[in-house]
Amino acid sequence: MVAGMINRFATTVAAEIISNKKVGAYHHIVFEVGAIAAHARPGNFVAISVGGENSSMVLRRAFAIHRSMDRGASGGVIELVVAPHGGGSRWLTGLPVHSKVSLTGPLGTAFGIPTEPVRALLVGGGYGSAPLFGLAEVLKSRGCRVDMVLGASSAGKIYAPIEGKRSVNSLTITTDDGSAGFHGKVSDFLPKLIEENQIEIIYSCGPMGMLEAISEIAQQHDLLHQCAVEESMACGIGVCMTCVLPIKGDDGVARMERSCIKGPVVDGEKVIWNSKGLIPEGTWGK
Amino acid sequence: MSFDYSTSLAHASFKNPIFTASGCAGSGKELSQFFPLSDLGAVVTKSIMLKPRSGRATPRMAETPSGMLNSIGLQGPGIDLFLEKDIPWLVDQGADIVVSIAGETVEDYAILSQRLNGVAGISAVEVNISCPNVENRGQVFSCDPVTAHAAISAVKRNLNPALPIIAKLSPDVTDIAAIAEVCVSAGADAFALINTLLGMVIDLNTMRPKLAGKTGGLSGPAIRPVAVRAIYQVRSRIPDAVILGMGGVSNGRDALELVLAGASGISVGTATFGNPRAAMDIKNELESLLVERGFASFSEAVGYVHRDEI
Repeated sequence: MVAGMINRFATTVAAEIISNKKVGAYHHIVFEVGAIAAHARPGNFVAISVGGENSSMVLRRAFAIHRSMDRGASGGVIELVVAPHGGGSRWLTGLPVHSKVSLTGPLGTAFGIPTEPVRALLVGGGYGSAPLFGLAEVLKSRGCRVDMVLGASSAGKIYAPIEGKRSVNSLTITTDDGSAGFHGKVSDFLPKLIEENQIEIIYSCGPMGMLEAISEIAQQHDLLHQCAVEESMACGIGVCMTCVLPIKGDDGVARMERSCIKGPVVDGEKVIWNSKGLIPEGTWGK
Repeated sequence: MSFDYSTSLAHASFKNPIFTASGCAGSGKELSQFFPLSDLGAVVTKSIMLKPRSGRATPRMAETPSGMLNSIGLQGPGIDLFLEKDIPWLVDQGADIVVSIAGETVEDYAILSQRLNGVAGISAVEVNISCPNVENRGQVFSCDPVTAHAAISAVKRNLNPALPIIAKLSPDVTDIAAIAEVCVSAGADAFALINTLLGMVIDLNTMRPKLAGKTGGLSGPAIRPVAVRAIYQVRSRIPDAVILGMGGVSNGRDALELVLAGASGISVGTATFGNPRAAMDIKNELESLLVERGFASFSEAVGYVHRDEI
């Protein structure tokens, strides 16, 4: 792949909603997307225009792809898990079946898949679990052992569909209020899970604070940690420079990198965490 | 008879009038995934500075009604890497190029101009003297006639005269046409109208400004009437003013408004964030609208709204 040639399969389509179901605090929405599905990899995201033709919301909304299915000649579908917490996502979750939306994808980096079977731990926070189920299926098909831990503030905010549970060897649930699974944060349970299951790599997706905590634990255990980061984004295609965060390059120098095209999946060890509101000392060009 | 879609900005000619807006096309590579850059009138590069620049901290963005605030702070690689990597790549794509430059001092503008002399593949230079995302808002060159004159003069003295100088102005001034006149006297050949307007959003949860840089530049359809007004005013005051218009253009009809007000070219910025192919859609729509109205060429429509003025 030529450097900078990320998003080379990205295209914009009028995607038809073929299913839209409320699941706990979220909506599970299925879209007909044609060839986008065949090119989508776990970790990739799509960007959707919201609000209709005369919308005052000018920016697309980015959603991690939950699962994608290529059905050959009959076209492909992708599934998203959407939390209706803002004007754009509320509009999207309120759309009836057969509505069409402008959808651009697949965008961004994907989770790296090991060439050899490994013992993987997948960690999701809230609807951040969405891309992990597609990832779990791919890892299982490569002979990996897959353990999963999902955390959220309360039971209704855990996204764990029944069919998704089939693709993991074990599933641990944690909630901040103890309303489901273990009482506490996912990071409280990671050291035990890592040791018991002899974990070799961690994949994660969720709030930045959670990713930071996981990164710390991964480094203590000398494990690879691939995480999908989230920064507020305007374009999703690498042109607006708003979604940056400091990431160290191979030369050890931190640069303000775009989470949309350098990510969303990045090496957790390379991220300088907790840098909202500041440019860390030593960052290139500071 | 075929429609003539070509345009010119002072002594630089372009195959069509649809450009990217500075800072809205990455290095060009990102956008080239969605259409060939050679289909544009030209790529206007991000405003390049002397040294690499990290830009401002995050959050850098807040969506607003029909627009957005950005507070990037001119993040970029600096002129050396830019000339080494970005320009040759754009030339290889067959793209026409307008380089945008930004300085912290008048001296910076002089040095940047010298660095551009002799670089192959550049059609014109946009001199960004109006970025709102600088540490000291008092340093916005285009908000003061004296500093505006000094910056443009520095470019004029140092830049190869074959390259037209396009002064990019801020609408956040009392009389934008007066600033434009000063720029003409300093040697500007054309204007880029308008840069973003300074704005602020307050987060009701934290009860602090939402952007790390506190203020940001407002762009998008919300500012389009301001752009139309600014272009109209400058063209009224300076009838032969050459203008690259920008500000909230999202479709062909928006572009046509700016053209009628006096824009010889249209830069597409925020619309690209919502639609990666926006520039191409606008190019096609504008051409249809001009043909529908009986214009034989794009240039006939430029400033057409001023036709009854003496």
